[in-house]
Amino acid sequence: MDPFTLIVIVIALVVVAAVVGSVTLLGGRRRKSSLPAAPPQDLPTLQDVPGGGVEVLEPETAAPETAEPTLDRPEAPATRLARLRGRLSRSQGIGRGLLSLLSRDKLDESTWEEVEDTLLTADVGVGPTQELVARLRARVNGLDDRTPDGLRTLLREELLALIGPDTDRSLTTHADGRPAVVLVVGVNGTGKTTTVGKLARVLVAEDRSVLLGAADTFRAAAADQLTTWGVRVGAPTVRGPEAGDPASVAFDAVQQGIDGGYDVVLLDTAGRLQNKVGLMDELGKIKRVVEKHGPVDEVLLVLDATTGQNGMVQARVFSEVVDVTGIVLTKLDGTAKGGIVVAVQRELGVPVKLIGLGEGPDDLAPFDPEAFVDALIEG
Amino acid sequence: MFATLQDRLAATFKNLRGKGKLTDADIDATAREIRVALLEADVALPVVKDFIEAVRARARGVEVHQALNPAQQIIKIVNDELIEILGGETRRLRFAKNPPSVIMLAGLQGSGKTTLAGKLAHWLRAQGHQPVLVAADLQRPNAVTQLQVVGERAGVPVFAPEPGNGVGNPVDVARRAIEHAKQKMYDVVIVDTAGRLGIDQALMQQAADIRDAVNPDETLFVVDAMVGQDAVNTAQAFLDGVGFDGVVLTKLDGDARGGAALSVAKVTGRQVMFASAGEKLDEFDTFHPDRMASRILGMGDVLTLIEQAEKAFDKDQAEEMAGKFGRGEDFTFEDFLAQMESVRKMGSMSKLLGMLPGMGQMREQIENIDEREIDRVTAIIKSMTPAERRDHKILNGSRRSRIARGSGSTVTDVNGLVERFVEAQKMMRQLAAGGGMPGMPGIPGMGRGGKKSKGKAQARQAAAKKGGKSRSGNPAKRAQQQALAARQPGDGAPLDLPEDFELPAELKNLLPPGQR
Repeated sequence: MDPFTLIVIVIALVVVAAVVGSVTLLGGRRRKSSLPAAPPQDLPTLQDVPGGGVEVLEPETAAPETAEPTLDRPEAPATRLARLRGRLSRSQGIGRGLLSLLSRDKLDESTWEEVEDTLLTADVGVGPTQELVARLRARVNGLDDRTPDGLRTLLREELLALIGPDTDRSLTTHADGRPAVVLVVGVNGTGKTTTVGKLARVLVAEDRSVLLGAADTFRAAAADQLTTWGVRVGAPTVRGPEAGDPASVAFDAVQQGIDGGYDVVLLDTAGRLQNKVGLMDELGKIKRVVEKHGPVDEVLLVLDATTGQNGMVQARVFSEVVDVTGIVLTKLDGTAKGGIVVAVQRELGVPVKLIGLGEGPDDLAPFDPEAFVDALIEG
Repeated sequence: MFATLQDRLAATFKNLRGKGKLTDADIDATAREIRVALLEADVALPVVKDFIEAVRARARGVEVHQALNPAQQIIKIVNDELIEILGGETRRLRFAKNPPSVIMLAGLQGSGKTTLAGKLAHWLRAQGHQPVLVAADLQRPNAVTQLQVVGERAGVPVFAPEPGNGVGNPVDVARRAIEHAKQKMYDVVIVDTAGRLGIDQALMQQAADIRDAVNPDETLFVVDAMVGQDAVNTAQAFLDGVGFDGVVLTKLDGDARGGAALSVAKVTGRQVMFASAGEKLDEFDTFHPDRMASRILGMGDVLTLIEQAEKAFDKDQAEEMAGKFGRGEDFTFEDFLAQMESVRKMGSMSKLLGMLPGMGQMREQIENIDEREIDRVTAIIKSMTPAERRDHKILNGSRRSRIARGSGSTVTDVNGLVERFVEAQKMMRQLAAGGGMPGMPGIPGMGRGGKKSKGKAQARQAAAKKGGKSRSGNPAKRAQQQALAARQPGDGAPLDLPEDFELPAELKNLLPPGQR
């Protein structure tokens, strides 16, 4: 393309920006003035879940005498984190590293820089890191004597505060008179299909009947992959034609879920990069169409622990489009620390609800911040 | 938080203009900014540290170039350094003297190996090779099926003797694949392996066994552009575990900066050979270090913009538009509508504007752009009669109120649109009249221009909160115009351009030399 055409394009872009962009300002204002009306619209959908049927995904009672003998018997979620704790320690480093740094005899600038580096290498991001370092600094300097126990408590508190211990991390998988609908979204290759498969096992372990919807009609053999997961635990899969309309598959899945009296419908969607407008519109449509049956109870964004600062953008864009209610952080069993969720949680207030800690079918665990932090510090 | 390095440095250097040399203090002041910028682009920390040292060494005592201000100077050094690490010497795929050549793909789960295998096969086939895909990922449910589908789409045979889903031995499959290829006279064998973690000893050993069984001519490490700090650990683990000769960066069609490319290239010394961007089989290309450098620095990705534009703008339309500028014909609502539709096809406004160099200064405004506004504006224009679209002057009160009703907006919206349109029209007219840069302030360093063009209409609204901001660009602008002036004699302006119409320096530097 010759430079002149380029210029034409640039001009076109700038002209459109000029005309459209500043309408935005007006539009923005207008919306602001009508804002008081907006929130009440949103709130009911969150609270209206009939019966307030919220269940924590770690039932002490879960007795997984599941399904038929030929099927797998998934492990109950409650015991999972304990078993998987060892895996987390591979990605420790943050907690233990910080602890050893803070226990040094002398806390000089270079030590603090190392503290900062530890956090940065965990993908926590520049902003949150600087904030935490400042807070640690203030508190550690305020300590009379730096006993290991004192430091440990302090660090535990700060890390917990970073992760946000008091947010509601339960999965909404109960709805009155209809199946609860869980939509799983994310960029390519984060492990959405795997997560749906594993989540189905979690639910089956709790004696819930599960229907899978293979709304990933794009990637080759994605539906097969999901079906394989489903067959192992006896959860049927609703699938459509390859390259069909994912929204219609999702709609059908929920329809069948209602007709068949299932407890939960899990919808797997195709991976999409958040900057692909068309694909994000498609995702919005999937949700809108499914909502014709009733509200979507959970929208889970699957984030890969290896993701860097782009994770923030992903979370933001997906939240705008489908109003993400929880995050599943996968591949935490590697060396990646998934620090990006700290920023995501802080900025968007979307909590991590589940973590993926391995390849095994039962390596998906509910996220418990306290246990998580303890594992980080103690290793 | 999302400011680009350029913006950061511009701020640091606000008070440092007019110096003859970059002093240590200047460099120190920038080091931190460079560090933050690179970290936010996901470049691994150890790499960042080394990198800054290298930049420091190179920047020390450098004469301040007449045409570049200190910020630009530093950027240039950083950019050059980046290209050097990313580029090295480019090399092509090695093929075996005695076919079949074996290419093995390795990487973490979900980095895009299977998709890449298909793309690579497609690419090789287009070059006259006879590739065969080997399904050695027997772990992930239905990975074999996926590869078969991918192979079918690419028109490439797939060797998949085992059903997968945990059944079969990948080492054995790989070994048999070579025999199979020899028998059937395929000349390239692409082995798709299962995703594995660097710390998973057993699986790394398996990967090494596959490697030993097939003795690959190229082992490619597949890494996703979104990966963060962990890129170094993973790359090192794979280098130690299986060893690799080249790197493939995938998912570059996302908006991640892709600092991982730098980390991996630097830590392992292996070169990034291919860039994969998109889900279609042909969205695969050799790697361009210069584009990647700009991307990491957030300097705008003009080439990508051009590529997208090429897809969206049809040629005739672009030529017609160009012709209109040339003849100085008035820019009408119809032209605007066409422009808007083409721009829309290219993607989201904020993203496109973000790709223009120097747009960082108006990042906040860009982020606030409501994409649906395009729909609203389109609705208003489409509610006009053809006559009205051609000549906005006939828009009287009654017409405006009809348009407002027709488009579901208010008369104020219509008025606002017309007002801004008139401004844009004026701008276009000045440009066509050969006003060049002053008329189209957007051209040198789009940031300032964009602000101004947007600004005119916005100035009034924004004046209160923005205050002196419109003035702040001035010294920089002056410097830039000097820079352009300094350049002009050297690089003759492109042939069919109106006089004194110049590409901004950033754009120009990014164009291949032949087209400058």
